[in-house]
Amino acid sequence: MNGLVELVREAPKRSVAGLAVLLLLLLLVPLVAGRYALSVLILILYFAYVGQAWNIMMGFAGQLSLGHALYVGLGAYAAAALYQHFGVIPWVGMIAAVAVCVAAATAIGWLAFRFGISGTYFALLTIAFAEFTRIGFDHFGWVGASGGFFLKVAQQDVIDLANLRGHPVMFYYLALALATFAFVLSAWLLRSRAGFYFRAIRDGEDAARAAGVDTFRYKLFAIQISAALTSLAGVFFAFYYNNLFPEQIFNMGRSIEIILAPIIGGIGTLFGPVLGAAILTLLSEGLTEALAALGWEVPGIKQIFYGVALAVAIMFMPHGVWPALARRFGFTRIRDDS
Amino acid sequence: MLGYDRPMPIESVANVVIAGLLTGLVYGLMALGLSVIYGVVRIVNFAHGEMMALAMYAAVMAFAGLGIDPLWMLLPVALVFFVLGYGLQRGLINPFIDRPEHSQFMLLLAVALILVNGLLVTFGPDARNVQVDYALDSMVIGPLLVDKVRVICAAVALLTCAVLFAIFRYTRFGKAIRACADNLLGAQVVGLDVRHLYALTFGLGSACVGVAGCLLTLMFDVTPNSGPAYTLLAFIIVIIGGLGSMAGALAGGVLIGVTEAVAGLVISPSAKSMLSFALLIAVLAFRPQGLFGRRA
Repeated sequence: MNGLVELVREAPKRSVAGLAVLLLLLLLVPLVAGRYALSVLILILYFAYVGQAWNIMMGFAGQLSLGHALYVGLGAYAAAALYQHFGVIPWVGMIAAVAVCVAAATAIGWLAFRFGISGTYFALLTIAFAEFTRIGFDHFGWVGASGGFFLKVAQQDVIDLANLRGHPVMFYYLALALATFAFVLSAWLLRSRAGFYFRAIRDGEDAARAAGVDTFRYKLFAIQISAALTSLAGVFFAFYYNNLFPEQIFNMGRSIEIILAPIIGGIGTLFGPVLGAAILTLLSEGLTEALAALGWEVPGIKQIFYGVALAVAIMFMPHGVWPALARRFGFTRIRDDS
Repeated sequence: MLGYDRPMPIESVANVVIAGLLTGLVYGLMALGLSVIYGVVRIVNFAHGEMMALAMYAAVMAFAGLGIDPLWMLLPVALVFFVLGYGLQRGLINPFIDRPEHSQFMLLLAVALILVNGLLVTFGPDARNVQVDYALDSMVIGPLLVDKVRVICAAVALLTCAVLFAIFRYTRFGKAIRACADNLLGAQVVGLDVRHLYALTFGLGSACVGVAGCLLTLMFDVTPNSGPAYTLLAFIIVIIGGLGSMAGALAGGVLIGVTEAVAGLVISPSAKSMLSFALLIAVLAFRPQGLFGRRA
């Protein structure tokens, strides 16, 4: 709690005030928002949360993971299987989800970092683990294999917080809580000792090691935190959507979805993942609406526009939208980097 | 193919292994394109499989529309892909050469997304294939029974590789490209036009994948979603062989081809790529530079 107070005191006043207003608005939104608007907001918060989790590993510590769907999937299956088979409530299931994902992350990180794998090779290794697990779950009968795993759908008008069953408003506040938590944790990490070590490793691993940073330990720590946070996104996913298919949840496309928001928003920054998630989700939903209005509902057309938007964004804003915005409008930025 | 429970005679196992080996050579050609591009330009082409799906559709459509055998499409597709690859590198990727890896990755991902969905919009989601009249012919070599199609494909793949090796070994621009890969600064100092050579390399890599795509239509169906799967397959192969190593790409292709074939025989066919990924993880963990790679 002390750290939190200090965090607020150290941050620029304008940022803190802006964030407080934003949080208040987001808290009040369900009073006016309809079902559709709420589902879009949940999506934005979800991607802001997982983006923040991925950003800790890539944006802070410089380790490119292209297989974060692995942790979403493992977390989702762990909590869902415990709930469905043994009636364990998801709040306890979360602990199992975190444990499983931290174990997986430790194994991957240990293998990779012990043998000095980095850069492209590390990224491809993370893809390999996610794909390996996807095919494994396709044949894992206890959780439905490729046929899918389904949670009992409850009445939507009651709110059963203990079992995470019920109305979308509950999921909205849950997503908001997760996104806020990840944001605050990231802000705190950035000014913690580990955060400085992370950035030292990112900006020059040999120099960091020479300066006495235990690079192996801190790289492992980064992947562990990132995986633990991502596993909670998996639990959320499982109880929000109520169905899990290995082909979908472990899909490489899912891993890419996760990393788009921070890259578009601004890698290594605090606001990047949030801003990126909002931009991409609104762009995607807007495209769906626009194409429907034009009557161009051919499957694939939306993704083409999406691809073009990505290419344009990465070409003209190489550091992401947030740094460009911050420079343009002179926002005071919470101390991050670049 | 051989899903019965009786003990398998040694000949049928050998047949399957040979078939996997021949398919693996075509996989190797595909991966060779990726490896050459990475070895010189230092860009991981995340749109590699998608480019191959494009080549496969070109061959399938030429066959369906004009009745042209995919083997006749090899040269035209290779030329078109060379030009495409050259343009892609020159116009789109060159400005990204000095950007961080994740930036390059995003750009090629966008290209891949546009390619996959362009194919989906143009041709729809249905699987398409080529039915040549010699599709089911087979050759008897001693006790073995080998598909004629696979033998032809493997031979063409080997020939293409040989041509590529020759280009790098004996032509002036091939030597210049190798100079860029070995010592970029030195190449610049002696006045090589690096941007042009990078684009040529990307063109050559694309031509490889174009040829591989035409060949694969003789063996497999194609859907727009084949693209990402082939990208992953190419990654596995080049990592196992050693990123940037030409011989490694071919050897890795054969290894994966045989592994897939044997895994399809012994365990469930749908789990066969799990074995490939396990192989990849093992290689990355214990010999990250690949079986044929040089230690960085």
